[in-house]
Amino acid sequence: MRHIISVLLENEAGALSRVAGLFSARGYNIESLAVAPTDDPTLSRMTLVTRGSEEIIEQIKKQLNKLVDTVKLLDLSEGPHIEREMMLIKVRAVGEGREELKRLTEIFRAKIIDVTDTSYVVELTGTSNKIDAFIQAVPEGQLVEVVRSGPSGISRGEKGLGL
Amino acid sequence: MELSGAEIVVQALIDEGVEYVFGYPGGAVLHIYDAFFKQDKVKHILVRHEQGATHAADGYARATGRCGVCLVTSGPGATNAVTGIATAYMDSIPMVILTGQVPTPVIGSDAFQEVDTVGITRPCVKHNFLVKDLSKLAETIRKAFYLAASGRPGPVLVDIPKDITDPNIKVPYAYPRDIRMRSYNPAQKGHLGQVKKAVEAILGAKRPVIYTGGGVILGEGVQSLRELVKETGFPITSTLMGLGAYPMTDRQFLGMLGMHGTYEANMAMHETDVLIAVGARFDDRVTGKIQHFCPHAKIIHIDIDPSSISKNVRVDVPIVGPVASVLTDLVRLLKEHGLDPAHEELADWWKQIEEWRRMDCLAYDRNSALIKPQLAVETLYKVTKGELYLTSDVGQHQMFAAQFYPFEEPRRWINSGGLGTMGFGLPAAMGVKLAFPEVEVACISGEASILMCIQEMATCKQYNLPIKVLLLNNGYMGMVRQWQEFFYESRYSHSYVDALPDFVKLAESFGHVGMRVEKPAELEAAMTEAFAMKDRFVFMDVVVDPTENVYPMIEAGKGHHQMHLSPERELA
Repeated sequence: MRHIISVLLENEAGALSRVAGLFSARGYNIESLAVAPTDDPTLSRMTLVTRGSEEIIEQIKKQLNKLVDTVKLLDLSEGPHIEREMMLIKVRAVGEGREELKRLTEIFRAKIIDVTDTSYVVELTGTSNKIDAFIQAVPEGQLVEVVRSGPSGISRGEKGLGL
Repeated sequence: MELSGAEIVVQALIDEGVEYVFGYPGGAVLHIYDAFFKQDKVKHILVRHEQGATHAADGYARATGRCGVCLVTSGPGATNAVTGIATAYMDSIPMVILTGQVPTPVIGSDAFQEVDTVGITRPCVKHNFLVKDLSKLAETIRKAFYLAASGRPGPVLVDIPKDITDPNIKVPYAYPRDIRMRSYNPAQKGHLGQVKKAVEAILGAKRPVIYTGGGVILGEGVQSLRELVKETGFPITSTLMGLGAYPMTDRQFLGMLGMHGTYEANMAMHETDVLIAVGARFDDRVTGKIQHFCPHAKIIHIDIDPSSISKNVRVDVPIVGPVASVLTDLVRLLKEHGLDPAHEELADWWKQIEEWRRMDCLAYDRNSALIKPQLAVETLYKVTKGELYLTSDVGQHQMFAAQFYPFEEPRRWINSGGLGTMGFGLPAAMGVKLAFPEVEVACISGEASILMCIQEMATCKQYNLPIKVLLLNNGYMGMVRQWQEFFYESRYSHSYVDALPDFVKLAESFGHVGMRVEKPAELEAAMTEAFAMKDRFVFMDVVVDPTENVYPMIEAGKGHHQMHLSPERELA
């Protein structure tokens, strides 16, 4: 099962490597990991996506909680939540394909943020599935470069993950 | 009070009530060593290798329950300490390791004696810190002691760059007494609802077993455990790390369980219907093949660390909390229910256990012309009357000691269980002897293990530590040889030690007493003589049967009911 887990970490040097080290040392899967400081400069928020059986996911959460730098943890997959990932994608845009790519961008409600005679850079935000779909839709041979942020997530409703 | 970083380190140790620091100087810690020189409150013990410092601090911690402390320099000082840190980590021993680091401005430049100590030790510490700001030094050291000793204990490392300890830069000093960390809140009490579920399971048990680990000792749960065992009348078995929490000579004690556990303990595990696991972590040497583990049992698990619960074996009633307080609650609730320990099913269960016990699974050849290692351990017990702190190295001698030296009290049996570190025993004994100078301390070892930290005999001389070493010398790495005999058709690949020193002369060259014992009949007199030398370090080189194996044995990947008893006595 795929799980998306939010972790509030002390914004200390080495906190990120403790998390990364935990996953490699214990042989857990890590699909993506996104981390940045929050409104409180002493805290970082990490969103990580992992896969495993229920037993493994349980252990992952326990082990993450056990890290001294972990302040709070929430498994977003356990309740209603929103996920967004951002992608920057560079495509070859010449001839007929140029117009086609512009239409594709509109259909996906993406933005073209850089233009040259032969290329576009497109910015797209959405669920990971939507981003996969856009990549699939780019005609063969047109794709130059893909940069994905990995998903970030937040729970629905009024309750927040804070101190 | 204004102090330099170096003075803060020493003053913080004084304020922490530290008796001994085990260490070895070097460039990055010279300012700190200079501060040590100017005081006499904290005693520094100069070891001969940083691994020895960590094991000595570890032995001190295991014997006293207090935090062990070591101080080493940067680079090789820190890397030499890693084995000892990992040893303490695997057995959850409270320890604070102070390491010197190159000055802050040159960190990352591959400076002389620079390593990324925080990075190297990250997977084998409970937590670690790199001090970047002198004003945070005292607080960081306080945090290290708090983290090391609270919750599930473990080693905590503080890496201190040399410029932070500069004697010319002084800051106001106040040692923070109360430390709060918003990200660290170990459980203070078990959930009462869960304890009630455990009570229900216990009341319905027909074939119960209590299975205890090192956590009972670390969590000071010994008294309430003993009460639980007496109150219920249940059989109890223990892991290697938990030996002594319950008196091993008591009838209710089934002996150690697991790979080299007793027949009765392992069979009871296989047949039990309610397993009460306390401060144990279901290690693979204990469980055998998970699929065969306690196939009929409802499992209750009490542990301070939530991540220990359902890690290897799924449990039915998890209770997260300090062992002592949970056991106290459990005993109180059981008393309220009025459990009758003599109920009929329990009596039948004991009948079955006594039948298993009659197998006498630890029997060995008492008429052998060669000294059997088992006899050497039994003689040690006889000569010391059970009044001993016994440290051990790793291998056959460790298992023989666990099987044949019945400890009545906790913290008396000191060995590297989780990591299995050869070389642990001698330096650990130094820590124990310093903590308890009036009590007999011995180290049981093998001729392979002892050579891994043999240099510490010099430390024993310098500080006059009259430890007794009992060397079971079989000329082999015994446990490796045993596995090669069983699983590699007796191809003894590099398990034979071809050029052993003369241990008697070796001990003498360090200024100690050396003895060699070769005949069973000489054993008791020799040991009596050795222990009579109260103020001398005595090295007893006991030449034992080179082919003796440790039985019973469960092969890796087998279940508790699939033991080997001995070549002559295979189970059906």
